[in-house]
Amino acid sequence: MVAISPDSAPTVQGWDRGTQARRVTLLLVVALGVVSVFSLTVGAAGTSPWAVLADMIAGREVALADRVVLFEIRLPRLVLGALVGAALAVSGAVMQGLFRNPLADPGLVGVSAGAGLGAITAIVLGGLLPAGLAAALGYYAVPVAAFLGGWAATLVLYGIATRRGRTSVATMLLGGIALGALTGALSGILVYMADDAQLRDLTFWGLGSLAGATWAKLAAAAPLMVLALVAAPMLARGLNGLALGEAAAFHIGIPVQRLKAVAILTVAGATGAAVAVSGGIGFVGIVVPHLLRLATGPDHRYLLVNSALLGAALLILADVISRIVIAPAELPIGIVTAVLGGPFFLWILLRKRGVLDL
Amino acid sequence: MLEARGITVRLGRRAVLCGVDFEARAGHLTAIVGPNGSGKTTLLRALTGDLSHGGRVRLNGQDIADLRPWALAGLRGVLPQATPMAFPFTAAEVVRLGLTGGVEAGAAGLVPQALARVGLAGFEGRYYQELSGGEQQRVQLARVLAQIWEPVAHGAPRWLFLDEPVSSLDIGHQLQVMGIARDFADRGGGVVAVMHDLNLTAMFADRVALISEGRVLGLGQPGAVLRNDLLSTAYRCPIRVNTPPARGTYLLPHAAGRVAAE
Repeated sequence: MVAISPDSAPTVQGWDRGTQARRVTLLLVVALGVVSVFSLTVGAAGTSPWAVLADMIAGREVALADRVVLFEIRLPRLVLGALVGAALAVSGAVMQGLFRNPLADPGLVGVSAGAGLGAITAIVLGGLLPAGLAAALGYYAVPVAAFLGGWAATLVLYGIATRRGRTSVATMLLGGIALGALTGALSGILVYMADDAQLRDLTFWGLGSLAGATWAKLAAAAPLMVLALVAAPMLARGLNGLALGEAAAFHIGIPVQRLKAVAILTVAGATGAAVAVSGGIGFVGIVVPHLLRLATGPDHRYLLVNSALLGAALLILADVISRIVIAPAELPIGIVTAVLGGPFFLWILLRKRGVLDL
Repeated sequence: MLEARGITVRLGRRAVLCGVDFEARAGHLTAIVGPNGSGKTTLLRALTGDLSHGGRVRLNGQDIADLRPWALAGLRGVLPQATPMAFPFTAAEVVRLGLTGGVEAGAAGLVPQALARVGLAGFEGRYYQELSGGEQQRVQLARVLAQIWEPVAHGAPRWLFLDEPVSSLDIGHQLQVMGIARDFADRGGGVVAVMHDLNLTAMFADRVALISEGRVLGLGQPGAVLRNDLLSTAYRCPIRVNTPPARGTYLLPHAAGRVAAE
């Protein structure tokens, strides 16, 4: 019998990419630790976390300014950055698995657009709220509205795409694009109505920023993001099966309808909360899962965890860069992720051309 | 035992299947044949639980509508006509997906075994999308085999459903795949295969169901169903069945009308 030699074709060495993926997980944990420490040391105030730590260990009184800078400004900002980065990257990975398309992204199916419409509505029409309610919402008005917008968009989309308990992915993609266009147009009308001060707010919200992170703001958005991040790894086996198509996924024992419902809720929760607290931070949801798929393959058991870690580390790093390039002023983080992520993504595309179509 | 009673499937207003009764036994390879659009694949999809339909399907005495997806996956595997994969999975990773169903998770050693079974030993690290159509089809068969590796589990037969399993294969691999299906049945499992090739059906099937326009024209042993009159009616063309004296297989189809015209 003639043995067919697979040597000439591209193969995966040792064919078990799981070991490799677990090594990457370890590496990413270390990287996340390093950028987190780095993020705590960098800032306009020149506070050193090491000096503060030494003071605390020695039982000395920590200067009030240092304490505020470290614990009330830098730490919540660090945690928010990590959560938002992880939420955006995992949302992207789950959505791509759900749609079986590496280009799918919450931005694509109108979830981000819905959240954006919510935020813009709050900024432009917030003044029309009854004074009592406005005062009660206060600082939360924009995040709450953005979050509600993201959820509403997902629910409408799900209603359009689901008939008798079955979700059509094609209808959902097309419906999402239409919904995105519609919410974009409504947002445009609101922007047209806005006055100069509101336009300035809108622009900064739209560029995305982690500035202004507080424990209170974090407490409002964190539970949803944490819930989504905990739920995501449970979807891994189902999303792997879904790569075979819905029918074959059902054949290997995956409750497809339930999987889709949970995946959609996960994405809506994570994206809505992330957009609410940080505005439009692009590229994380597409670039992070894509890089990891190139490195260790598309197995969601590793992809989702590694996406969360890499997304968190990258966003913290981008935030550090946004704080130092034009210090003491800050660059909106959305600009940093786009300026760094765009060319890097193009470079990967050019280098891996051909392999990406696999 | 696989028993289907009164299977009715409508797509829009058109009834694709009207009150079809069907049965298959463990240890048998049961072929479903019929012309294009007759409802063969629809019947298979009703039997595997993919389609909502009127009527009842019982597998080993259990109504499949009452079984959860994972329980059903431990009982039957399904090979679709073609399976395009999203994302660059390797052949081994595709086969391993079959282990998420009824098979115990520790059976990773099954992956190279299943690939070797379909003649693809050494293909573990190859990217699925880079394989030929026939190789992809055999990788998928390896995945299905990994899912229901033992034809009999806990004393009950498992079931292998095949939807035109050889349509993208050359003749050597057609015989190989049909041989694997035959072997699965011989070891006590049940096989139900939608077939286009009547010669292969005659060679490998224990029982044949002939479907035409959403109804069963005949269900029984090949000799009882693959007859000139039934086939000619179903396929709307004159067909003659030849029985060579040396072996008990039938050579089909023979376009008798064309010969007569010459």
